Amino acid sequence: MAVVGSGPAGLTAALYTARANLKPIVLEGEPSSTGDQPGGQLMITTEVENFPGFPEGVLGPDLMAKIRAQAERFGAELVTAKVTRADLQDGGPHTLWYPDPSTGEERQVKARAVVLAMGARSLMLDVPGESRLLGHGVSTCATCDGFFFRGQHIAVVGGGDSALEEATFLTHFAETVTIVHRRAELRASKIMQSRAVSNPKIRFLWNSVVTEVLGTDKVEGVRLRDVASGQEQVLAVTGLFVAIGHSPNSDVVKGQVELDAGGYVVTQPGTSLTSVQGVFACGDLQDHRYRQAVTAAGSGCMAALDAERWLEAQG
Amino acid sequence: MSKLTTTLTDSTFDEQVGSATEPVLVDFWAEWCGPCKVIEPVLDEIAREQQGRLRIGKLNVDDNLETVRRFGVMSIPTLILFKDGEPKLRLVGAKGKAQLLQEISPHL
Repeated sequence: MAVVGSGPAGLTAALYTARANLKPIVLEGEPSSTGDQPGGQLMITTEVENFPGFPEGVLGPDLMAKIRAQAERFGAELVTAKVTRADLQDGGPHTLWYPDPSTGEERQVKARAVVLAMGARSLMLDVPGESRLLGHGVSTCATCDGFFFRGQHIAVVGGGDSALEEATFLTHFAETVTIVHRRAELRASKIMQSRAVSNPKIRFLWNSVVTEVLGTDKVEGVRLRDVASGQEQVLAVTGLFVAIGHSPNSDVVKGQVELDAGGYVVTQPGTSLTSVQGVFACGDLQDHRYRQAVTAAGSGCMAALDAERWLEAQG
Repeated sequence: MSKLTTTLTDSTFDEQVGSATEPVLVDFWAEWCGPCKVIEPVLDEIAREQQGRLRIGKLNVDDNLETVRRFGVMSIPTLILFKDGEPKLRLVGAKGKAQLLQEISPHL
């Protein structure tokens, strides 16, 4: 039994299969400063207010540390490595390759059942200057880097819940936070919208897209284009946070299990079953609709139970 | 924090980094940074294995803004490798052990 990924989905699958004595090995991913890391996207969020059981809220990294410890307690074996290659055979066995976390040497694991839970990562803008200025004003992690923008003017790109959440969080440090959004209205939830709109440090630039990040050694501004008029302007900011949506981390299984047009793993409705027998998918890797810690955990449980039943039926 | 690593502050930075006989890899971190926590055990392991060849220093950015500004750190974790007190290599963002060692080892 192998689990790929260690966010709420992967670790819940590990917890359930460990309790069922299936001795799961969890290839939990490798450290990074994006959401694609051991513990997943909650590792770069602060307060989680909507995970049941925590009336005062809980810090994302603390919640993940608890779930991880819970999975380990029942015998899940966690390996801090990212799967580089997979060979998934209908009915199994399946083979996964990963670099040894200490030496970098390639290793492989064979499993009769595999739970895929690689999650999703934030999309970047892919405009000139963005990657060059990463870590010099361009950030993938508001909770890590907000601190360095105390008293400064910064921008957040996006119009969904994550954009508004980041913007609201960043007002603890920044003097102003400008939300740059390509449409004239937000798709974020009502509660996040009202928090952001009533925040005096937050302002909005509608119908605008970032075409370039400006600055030599550090961010000095962003070039914006009005999508309606085509007019350009430069917004002077020293920080840029991007929250324009997510893309599933399905590259490693591309061509082996059925993916939809957006790259999400296709599961049979109401189950975690993929197009390959003995391979199950859960969490944000297969869900672009709910994308919550609690739904990810729930679907991780489904994947574990589906895998357990499938293994039993195989005898 | 383990004894394998050296805690650095604004007031001890120059003395401890400048007088070290081996290169010092300084980890700019904070309590509230998730990715910083993820690489903590990785750095402990490297400190243990590279004892005598490399020292690992930890600088809490919350309490040591002067050093943070001096090196223009704007993102954490940032790792800066110092040799004879001079910055030689800068790594931004959390990375796995194998990748870290690969980037650091040419400087050891």
